[in-house]
Amino acid sequence: MTTANGTDSTTRTGSGTSRDTTAPVLAARDLRVWYGSERGPVAAVDGVTFDVRPGETLGLVGESGCGKSTLGRGVLGLLPPGAAVDGEVRFAGKNLVDLSARQLQQLRGPELGLIFQEPMTRLNPLMRVSEHFEEALRTHNGDLTKDEIRTRALDALRGMGIPASRYESFPHEFSGGMRQRIMIALALVLRPAFVVADEPTTALDVLVEAQIIQILADLRRNFDTALVLITHNLGIVAEACDRVAVMYAGHIVEQGDAREVFANPQHPYTQALMRSTISLSTTGLHYIPGSPPDLAHPPAGCRFHPRCPKAMKVCAQEAPPEVLLPNGTRNTCWLPVPDMTTADGRRPLEVEEISVADEA
Amino acid sequence: MSMKSGSLGRYIAMRVALAIPMIFVLLTLVFVMLRVAPGDPISASSGGAKMSQEKIDELRAAAGYDRPLIVQYGDYLADVVRFDFGTSVSTNQQVSDVILEKGGATVTLATGGLVFALLLGIPVGLLAGRFRDSAFDVFARLFGIITYAAPVFVVGLLAQQLFATKLGWFPLEGETDPLIANDIPATTHILILDAIWVNDWEVVWNVLWHLILPAATLGLLIVGVFIRMVRVNLIQTLRGDYVEAARARGIRERDVVVKHGFRNALVPVITVIGLQVALLLGGSVLTEKTFNWPGLGKQLIEFLNSRDYVAVQGLVTFIALVVVVISMLIDIINALIDPRVRY
Repeated sequence: MTTANGTDSTTRTGSGTSRDTTAPVLAARDLRVWYGSERGPVAAVDGVTFDVRPGETLGLVGESGCGKSTLGRGVLGLLPPGAAVDGEVRFAGKNLVDLSARQLQQLRGPELGLIFQEPMTRLNPLMRVSEHFEEALRTHNGDLTKDEIRTRALDALRGMGIPASRYESFPHEFSGGMRQRIMIALALVLRPAFVVADEPTTALDVLVEAQIIQILADLRRNFDTALVLITHNLGIVAEACDRVAVMYAGHIVEQGDAREVFANPQHPYTQALMRSTISLSTTGLHYIPGSPPDLAHPPAGCRFHPRCPKAMKVCAQEAPPEVLLPNGTRNTCWLPVPDMTTADGRRPLEVEEISVADEA
Repeated sequence: MSMKSGSLGRYIAMRVALAIPMIFVLLTLVFVMLRVAPGDPISASSGGAKMSQEKIDELRAAAGYDRPLIVQYGDYLADVVRFDFGTSVSTNQQVSDVILEKGGATVTLATGGLVFALLLGIPVGLLAGRFRDSAFDVFARLFGIITYAAPVFVVGLLAQQLFATKLGWFPLEGETDPLIANDIPATTHILILDAIWVNDWEVVWNVLWHLILPAATLGLLIVGVFIRMVRVNLIQTLRGDYVEAARARGIRERDVVVKHGFRNALVPVITVIGLQVALLLGGSVLTEKTFNWPGLGKQLIEFLNSRDYVAVQGLVTFIALVVVVISMLIDIINALIDPRVRY
């Protein structure tokens, strides 16, 4: 058992195997994002490392407020003023963190795409659908003629099931599901190599949700697009993602092959999250006691220890290492590495301490 | 497309229908307010000369003031429907003739004031919103509050003192130099348009030159509203979802601000213009008085001073109708620009 800092050539089960050999489209290393707040800096993303390969979908799951959306926006350089980014995001030989605002702007669209959660308000109400496409295509591809723009836009829309007759319509003339498909067409018309989809179906009904997930699945099959799918719907991850990264309080606590992680969750937070999922076979509702920590003052040691049913003494003292488990998943927890802790450290955390931490 | 124009037609029809009860309420208010105003119009219009009670009664009967209020009210409504605004007791002129004769100057002044307010307010508001919390933004907000709060006659007198008396850049008062425009035929009754009509550019420039100070004075009254409105709209728009989405598509920041920010931030300005028309006409009464501008406002004050309530009622009725009609037109223009309004 090794810590997973160096190179690893561990073979993985499932569909991820062949993809491991291709170079990642985008590789984040120790990515950190802070927001300035009145209570001090808030580390919304705190040292996150992941790779996404061509045609691969990485699911990013976790509770609200754990930094998923910040991570997605941070990668594209779309953070509000007052946010700071550090670390490395390797994309096409460049570190996106070091690029100027202008360089990032030129990459967004043709290289990096973002699909939003709320489609109803994401289209400019005064612009026709056609004007949105013309603007995007002209910005990144100045020498296209009007006819070429029209052809490409209509192709992209047709791929999303929007008929050409609606090209000159205004956004308010479409339903939510149609608007989300227009947003996707708009993000994909420039064929970005890497797309972040930030809860793309949360605001939509289940039938439309299935449709959108199908579209995203077709996308990576047809264009080899690398996709980060942010969601808190574990069902979507199981269905649509190759790999999954579970985030808690700015950290990725477990990541690996989606089927492996779901079949055999190793991190106590992943286990708790899975238990809390409601399905047809659910007989009782489970929840994780307490709430995610205040990121301006995160707890010492493992950030999950105040809510962790398996917390040990060491968890409250020292941050756990990231380890590569035999099943190919990476896990940030003291439980699988007993030989790295002392016998005293392995003693269960006192119950009082849990409740005190809970109060805080 | 045919469906779309159909719903626009329906919108206009509905908006016009809504204006009718609004006009009715306005007319009623004007009528009631002028009945409860102090002073007897008949004895006041005699200019203080002592009249016998029989003479007063005779004049009251001639003016119809001796009839029951409800009958007077019915007559008033019937007259307004026929665009008959009554006859002045003090000058014996038809109020509609007064409107025709003096209205053009007020239209010129109000338009000038509105143009000044828009030319100053929109760029200042956009810049203040774009560079929020900068020194310019703080200055612009302060400027907007002060100009809104400052009384028209104070601003007007200061402007006259500085730019007319002291610096001599602009004329002190009036719409033109004396006598210069006497031979311009009244085609539209708007002097500047009539002068353009007969190609008398000397008069056109003379009117514009006279217009600048009063238009700026009147414009400053409403410019603060535009500055604050545009600024807040732009700040909200730039924080909006579709602006973030445009950035996510890699649209140039300049285009994001101009195409997605400015355009959307300016839509409500058209509505605000409609709301400001009342303030603009009210302000023009004071501005006309200050700058001796020969418009309806100055005339209204003269009628008020001579207690000519019939003429006052006629003029106020007319101004109220203008406000209703303009706000209706503004709503329709809004519907043409912003497709969402129609639904």
